[in-house]
Parts: sequence; C-alpha cells; structure tokens
Amino acid sequence: MTQNTPGQDKPLIIAGKTYSSRLLVGTGKYKDLDETARAIEASGADIVTMAVRRTNLGQNPDEPNLLDVISPERYTLLPNTAGCYTADDAVRTCRLARELLDGHNLVKLEVLGDQKTLYPDVVQTLKAAEQLVKEEFQVMVYTSDDPLVARQLEEIGCIAVMPLGAPIGSGLGIRNPYNIRIILENAKVPILVDAGVGTASDATVAMEMGCDGVLMNTAIAAAQDPVRMARAMRLAVESGRDAYLAGRMPRKLYASASSPIDGTFF
Amino acid sequence: MLNIQLNGERRELEGSVSVTELLDRLGFTGKRLAVELNKEILPKSLHATTMLNDGDIIEVVGAVGGG
Repeated sequence: MTQNTPGQDKPLIIAGKTYSSRLLVGTGKYKDLDETARAIEASGADIVTMAVRRTNLGQNPDEPNLLDVISPERYTLLPNTAGCYTADDAVRTCRLARELLDGHNLVKLEVLGDQKTLYPDVVQTLKAAEQLVKEEFQVMVYTSDDPLVARQLEEIGCIAVMPLGAPIGSGLGIRNPYNIRIILENAKVPILVDAGVGTASDATVAMEMGCDGVLMNTAIAAAQDPVRMARAMRLAVESGRDAYLAGRMPRKLYASASSPIDGTFF
Repeated sequence: MLNIQLNGERRELEGSVSVTELLDRLGFTGKRLAVELNKEILPKSLHATTMLNDGDIIEVVGAVGGG
C-alpha cells in the first residue's frame, strides 16, 4: 500500500461497478421514511439495503414507499433475505427482489439459524449461494467469521463475503478480529464486516484491519440522533481506511521521546 | 366465483380476473411491486394476460426498510 499517495485509494468495486463510499447502510428501524432518507444522505453511502415483504392490502395507496425516498436511480439497492431460515425461502426472496427491481441482480444473502442470536446457518447459506450463483445473481453473502466458510462462499462464486463482527443489532463491535484477519488474508473478493458495529470506533477498527467496507443498520438507526451518527460513521469508515492505507507505526513496549534530546540546556 | 389466497388471506373474486385487474382493484396501479403466483415469479409483462384460477396462491411484495 506504500504506492498510495495521500488522497489516493483503489475504489471499492462490487460486481464490476465502482463505488466511492465504503460504508453500506440499511434502511430498517428508522422512525419514519423522512428520517431514513436524511440518515442515508448523511452516511454518504452508495449501496443501501432493503427488505422484501408482503404489501399491506389495507394500505392507503398514496402512502409513500421506501423506493420513493431511496431512489434506485440514485442508490444501488441491495435487497436482503432477512428473516429467511431456509435456503429455499432465501432463493425465493431473491427472485422476487429481482422482479421487483426490474432485473437488478445484486442481492445480500443471509440465512439465519436461530431467532435469539440471528446467527447465520452456514449450511443453508452455502446451499442458497450455490443456487443463486447458478441463477446468475450477484451474491454478497452474510456469514459467520469462520475463515473456511468464507473461502467456500468465495469459491462458489459469491462476489463479496460479509462476515459478522458480532450478532445483528447487538452493537458489540468486532468480537474476533483475528478471524477477520485470516479471512482478509485468504480473500480475493471484497470482504465487508456486516453486523455488530455499535459506534464509530467499531467501524474504524474494521477498516484499519483492511476490510473493504462495513455494512450497518442498527448502529445508525438506534442512535439517539441517527443523522449525526450516520455522519460519524461516514467519517469513521474514511478515517479507518486512511489509517489502513497510511500503515500504522509499530507497537512498542517502551517509550520513545518525540522531542529531540540534543540541544537541551538543563 | 374464484377463491384465491392473497398474501396469506383468503379472498373471493367475482368473474374472470387478470393479475393486472387484481392489482388495480387493490389500488396498486403503478406501484413498484413483484408478484409470485403459486410460488413462481410472474413477470410484469405477463400480468395483463394471466387470468387467475380457483385455488391460486398469490404473493404481492414490495420494498421495505431492512438491514
């Protein structure tokens, strides 16, 4: 990374498309659509996740829709398979998402194993990933921080692997940085930490380790002031990326004076 | 009379109804939606020509906030 002069960086490339922001954000848990739109704007994110759900049959037809405030023309939408506990449900959800978004085939695959932890079911995740790749979806996959599973998902053809930092919505930060490091070392596709970020420093830690990006939702939406937190996360991801590119100083056990010894007059 | 299952609810429909007509009746004209008919995607291009049959299971979905 020493060839990078300040201000220069390789862009994040996902499925052949270049993105300037390395922060990906969700649209869940906001107070209303107005707050959603303002937080997403402040985050600077280019890629924004959404869920696919049954339309409310009794709804007022004039009620604004998520896609009215998060326009598919401005943002790259990343439909998720949240709430799916089987590979079949996840594949079905992705097919509906592709139809909903007029053939847009980028998806975030997540197959959950347990309601209490929302931990990924990696067996079902691998199965769904194989099917989705066969059906020509571009799969960004949420998974555990197991380096072997991450590698298998890459081998199947997922275009980005997104290990969790901690359980979804827990805000516990990156609980196993060593696993994330091993995943990064092995990977030839972008690695993004998805889930677990609680505050700005967590996002910075992920980026300082060399992750290609961070995906978060609750850390912004559940903050007291989501719009301000969205901005904090934008800066945190940028800072962490810059620190990674700059290359940190080595850690030393003992002190090393910052001011010269020569020229002291006492 | 047609009996269908729409987003998990039983519905009775009068006469012969296309998917486009069903969406119109629901007030969904022009909305960004996706339709699944008996667990298969029904592309938008086929909504107008696809007639509903007794016992059909239909899911009409849209985008909502999510992470």
